[in-house]
Amino acid sequence: MSKLKSLKGWLYLLPAILFLGFFMVYPLIDVVMYSFEEGYNFASQSHFGYGLYNFKYVLHDPYFLQAVKNTFIIVIITVPLSTGIALLISLGLNSIKPLKELFQTVYFLPYVTNTLAVGLVFMILFKKTAYSEGLVNLLLNSLGMSSVDFIDGPYWAKIFVMCFYTIWVVMPFKILILTSALAGVKKDYYNAARVDGTSKFRIFYKITLPMISPMIFYLVITGFIGAFKAYSDEVAIFGTNLNAAGMNTIVGYVYDMLYGNSGGYPSYASAASLILFAIVFTITVINLLISKKNVQY
Amino acid sequence: MKVILKNLTKKFPNRNKKIKEDVIAVDNFDFEIPDGKLIGLLGPSGCGKSTTLNMISGLEKPTSGRIFFGDDDVTDLPAEHRGVGLVFQNYALYPHLTVRQNIIFPLQNLKGDKKMTKEAMDAKADEVAGLVQISEYMDRRPSELSGGQQQRVAIARALVKTPRVLLLDEPLSNLDARLRLQTREEIKRIQRETGVTTIFVTHDQEEAMSISDMIVVMKDGRLMQMDKPQQVYDDPQNFFVAKFLGTPAINTFDGTVKGEKLYIGDSAVLDVPGVKDGDVYVGIRPEGFIPDKNGPLECDLSAVEVMGRDTSIVSSHPAMTVVAIRSIILSEDRPPADLTKVRFSLKPYKVLLFDKETEKRIYFDIK
Repeated sequence: MSKLKSLKGWLYLLPAILFLGFFMVYPLIDVVMYSFEEGYNFASQSHFGYGLYNFKYVLHDPYFLQAVKNTFIIVIITVPLSTGIALLISLGLNSIKPLKELFQTVYFLPYVTNTLAVGLVFMILFKKTAYSEGLVNLLLNSLGMSSVDFIDGPYWAKIFVMCFYTIWVVMPFKILILTSALAGVKKDYYNAARVDGTSKFRIFYKITLPMISPMIFYLVITGFIGAFKAYSDEVAIFGTNLNAAGMNTIVGYVYDMLYGNSGGYPSYASAASLILFAIVFTITVINLLISKKNVQY
Repeated sequence: MKVILKNLTKKFPNRNKKIKEDVIAVDNFDFEIPDGKLIGLLGPSGCGKSTTLNMISGLEKPTSGRIFFGDDDVTDLPAEHRGVGLVFQNYALYPHLTVRQNIIFPLQNLKGDKKMTKEAMDAKADEVAGLVQISEYMDRRPSELSGGQQQRVAIARALVKTPRVLLLDEPLSNLDARLRLQTREEIKRIQRETGVTTIFVTHDQEEAMSISDMIVVMKDGRLMQMDKPQQVYDDPQNFFVAKFLGTPAINTFDGTVKGEKLYIGDSAVLDVPGVKDGDVYVGIRPEGFIPDKNGPLECDLSAVEVMGRDTSIVSSHPAMTVVAIRSIILSEDRPPADLTKVRFSLKPYKVLLFDKETEKRIYFDIK
């Protein structure tokens, strides 16, 4: 009886297990396998043996190191900035009454806009061509500064555009989450604080911030993960040859190793993606430890 | 600190935007709360009690009228400068702070020469915590406390700045029945010990009757009566107050006065010297009936209920305006159960007459 029952249970679970097995567990194991296979030949689908050579190669590849540098810069700049600006905008949205809904919609628009379309707009803003300087350069010129080539120019200019773009794209979601978190703080807390003569800054720092801290940590953690996985945004601005532009990311490097011009190296790609996994995992664990210490209710 | 409200009015714009007329939450409120008393603002839901409290606290601005604390006009003073302590219905304790941090929160806001050292704040917090008897929970978080304990913390936080006026919004409504009894005694004790003028809002008449020095009865934003609790019960000034106070509720009838006699139905039930002829509302308190074989008021008997020390007779009469007449009598007066009619005579001071037009009390001389 009980045996039959448990058999029935497994039967119900079977579709999910099969699905996850084929499309999640097997590829995961495969990636780990690939990353240790040395001298893999794409044409003959054969390899010499197992070892750490792929990791060694990837870690010494200047393209990979550049990609790691780019990714880290994007993560370190965009995650705190986008969360901070989103918090400021949400606080503003929360304290105005007229036109609140209109502004909420406006701020949410980038979220539902296609990445490539947004990329095109950024091109118009920043790209310097033979015919035009780009809108931002026109603005710089009118302020008496010389033009900068943001798309094909110096590294800092490209990083600036990249971070600007990333922040702009990820912010709507954060604003959405934070405005609803702010709206969820009970009015009585503010009234109680008001009666007690609490200053605006102290109300924010001592009441609002702790109350919405679980949401902020959620946004920071998902923000980190999202920024480490950045790739499509870079393509939208700098095109598919990211190595040439010096703006590749780790995920971009993995893609190039698989399908790019230098493609056909699944072993290197697997090793690189495992390294990315290790980085994201470490940072998420650190985040969770910090949040456990600070979000206390 | 004496609290005086002068012609206080609060209007809100109507939620339904098609209706241009404002909703009047508080209408021309006028009363004076003596220093050091415990005052209950009593009325049915939506009568403007909480709005009145919020205006006293400074969280809401009155549309017109003035508010005085003693001789100070505080009407235009923001909440933080009025020196009020406010306890919210759901306590509004900060969940991420410990009990101690919650209590010293108002002290940490003090600036300038009022600024306190950490030791002084802790000492003050310990003092009020002792007063409300929560000293052993100082390091817990609000979520680790029972409802009654949270209530005490909220009161401690309101008291820590030694406010001029303490305001409590429905302080007992989130507690279960047993805790409610206990806590209302606590509130009275704390008020006695601190001597701070305290105003609390409630819709529960028993709560208001049991602990207040004075009751303010409100209806539709208007002051109905302000008096000592027993006085409001014995001597209501209008029909609403008579009906609102008392459990079981007062029994009401349509009556007529003719030749200084009160008629309920066709029978003259009471002499009412000095009352002009005309139709009146009659209210008779449950304890105002005496079963009497020769009594003038004849009712159809429905049931005799014995509950503990009380015996009540449930009966009906064609002229009544309640669902059933409920009278509480002495058990030895209990009528035999096989009767279908019961006759009462009435205690004159338990019979209240009200004008049919104005619903105001009509007084008569009791012989």
